[in-house]
Amino acid sequence: MRFSSKATTLLILVAVIAIAPFFFPSSYYFRVGSLIFVNGLAVTGLVVLIGYAGQISLGHAGFAGIGAYACALAPVHLGLHPALAAVLGAALSATIAFLVGRPILRLKGYYLAVASLGFGILVSMVLSNEAQLTGGPDGMAVPDLGLRALLKAVGIDLSNTEFWYAFSAVVLVLGAWLALNLYHSPTGRALRALHGSEIAARTVGVDVAHYKLVAFVLSAVYASVSGSLLALQNKFITPDVAGFMHSIEMVTMTVLGGAGSVLGAILGAVILTTLPQVLTIFQEYEQLMLGLVMMLVMIFMRQGLLPSIARSVRGRGE
Amino acid sequence: MPELLQFLLSGITVGAVYALVALGFTIIYNASDVVNFAQGEFVMLGGMITFFAHAAGLPLPLAALIAIIATAAIGVALNKLAIEPARGAPVVSLIIITIGASIFIRGATQLVFDKQLHRFPAFSGDQPILIGGATILPQSLWVIAGALAIFFCLRLFFTRTLIGRAVLATANNRIAAQLVGINTNYVMTLSFAMSAAIGALAGVLVTPITLTGYDVGLALALKGFAAAMLGGMGNPKGALVGGLLLGVLEAMTAGYISSQYKDAAAFVVILAVLFAMPQGLFGRKSTDRV
Repeated sequence: MRFSSKATTLLILVAVIAIAPFFFPSSYYFRVGSLIFVNGLAVTGLVVLIGYAGQISLGHAGFAGIGAYACALAPVHLGLHPALAAVLGAALSATIAFLVGRPILRLKGYYLAVASLGFGILVSMVLSNEAQLTGGPDGMAVPDLGLRALLKAVGIDLSNTEFWYAFSAVVLVLGAWLALNLYHSPTGRALRALHGSEIAARTVGVDVAHYKLVAFVLSAVYASVSGSLLALQNKFITPDVAGFMHSIEMVTMTVLGGAGSVLGAILGAVILTTLPQVLTIFQEYEQLMLGLVMMLVMIFMRQGLLPSIARSVRGRGE
Repeated sequence: MPELLQFLLSGITVGAVYALVALGFTIIYNASDVVNFAQGEFVMLGGMITFFAHAAGLPLPLAALIAIIATAAIGVALNKLAIEPARGAPVVSLIIITIGASIFIRGATQLVFDKQLHRFPAFSGDQPILIGGATILPQSLWVIAGALAIFFCLRLFFTRTLIGRAVLATANNRIAAQLVGINTNYVMTLSFAMSAAIGALAGVLVTPITLTGYDVGLALALKGFAAAMLGGMGNPKGALVGGLLLGVLEAMTAGYISSQYKDAAAFVVILAVLFAMPQGLFGRKSTDRV
């Protein structure tokens, strides 16, 4: 896999992130960019779960919801700084993933899909029903992170959209770096082994249940941090962040670009985040197009866009 | 007591719809090992097409017939255009394909028709029937009778007809079925047509009670899937019992605990069933589980 080479991937990622702003005609593009990075982060977590370990989750928006609401609730009720609240959210997501992961991950295929889907729906239901706490479907305000003011104090004055573009980019690159390191680590090899064949992996001594759980907890933390970033950036949050459609979008982004490669999955995030923005002119066609893209890619490019393109480029070169 | 009976009656009504959706899942799953997440859209299409055909001046029975045939055709198209070309794809891909299909159908419906909620008149009036202090709508009886009739027809179809047995044979072992001369592609097409038609019928029956709109399919698909799973994926009896159980459970939760969390109750039970007996109430023992 040429594209999973760590240095190349990070280099491409950083270069694109750094060069893109020179072509942005307005601050709106910074906003779309930071949305892409937020989604890209969640999707990188799913690469670990789906791409490396071969397990599906249709409930990952639940963890994004936990991360997002931690940033809204912990400052109000516990008096925590929003950044600490995000860490608390990640810890909570990891704990919940650890607790529900063990029974859920014993299931396979459709059973795993529906169990994780059920989990996600339960989280979003709690968020929209506990209105006294979460503001219900109307959502609630999220306090300012304060980092931008801090940067201004040391002489770096960024506009709001520029700041979030830069900040989410840094978090995404960090996340990608971790996921790429994991790929080549013993844990990554164990995950890929159980993806290939659980029985074979077990025969050579891989603790299958343990490694599945590791992947699930890690991907939950990614989703949680992504939810926190979204909440802090928007300064407002609704239960939609934990909704079923958000889970589906995450999984679709991951497999659209190519679940096996971090760069591919982020490409998926780029496409599915920009598509609705482009389609706002044809708002009526948004769902139609999304559904069509999902079907066409899965039927004709099963490995996802990037690996398919890479293969055809390589094939032509030889 | 009348309260309990009332919850039971409304639970069975909703449960009958879930059972019909679950039966649709079962047929496709049996023939192709595919869980069709677009199943709920068939129910939505049944209701929507009937409404617009009726609004265009056609008598209700004819409008319903057109809706069922049109939906069956859409089911066949789904199989030919999306499922068959993806044969052999991993489960994750198939899940995304069918979810993509459901979003596509929803988007198309919104374009062709509209985004409003619709209802057409109940078949035998809206005068509630009194049963032991509780009431039930005549339309509810239509829904329940419809679910039972479809269940028994399917039973006869699978056990007494040659083509029904061919479907079962294909479900059991596709290659062996091909070897004994069964046209498994035809079986797949037939399964999608039947499944879509049953879904559309459910939509026709329930729309006078619950209304229909372009976005009602997703919730129905999830509930129907949950019901199928509760009863044991791939088992028609399981689909019927699972659907009814789920409906009653929801009605009880809504009545005695919290109407906001009635959907949660369903999913809690599904999770519990999956953990305790992943094969469901009537499922085969050979479920994948490691």
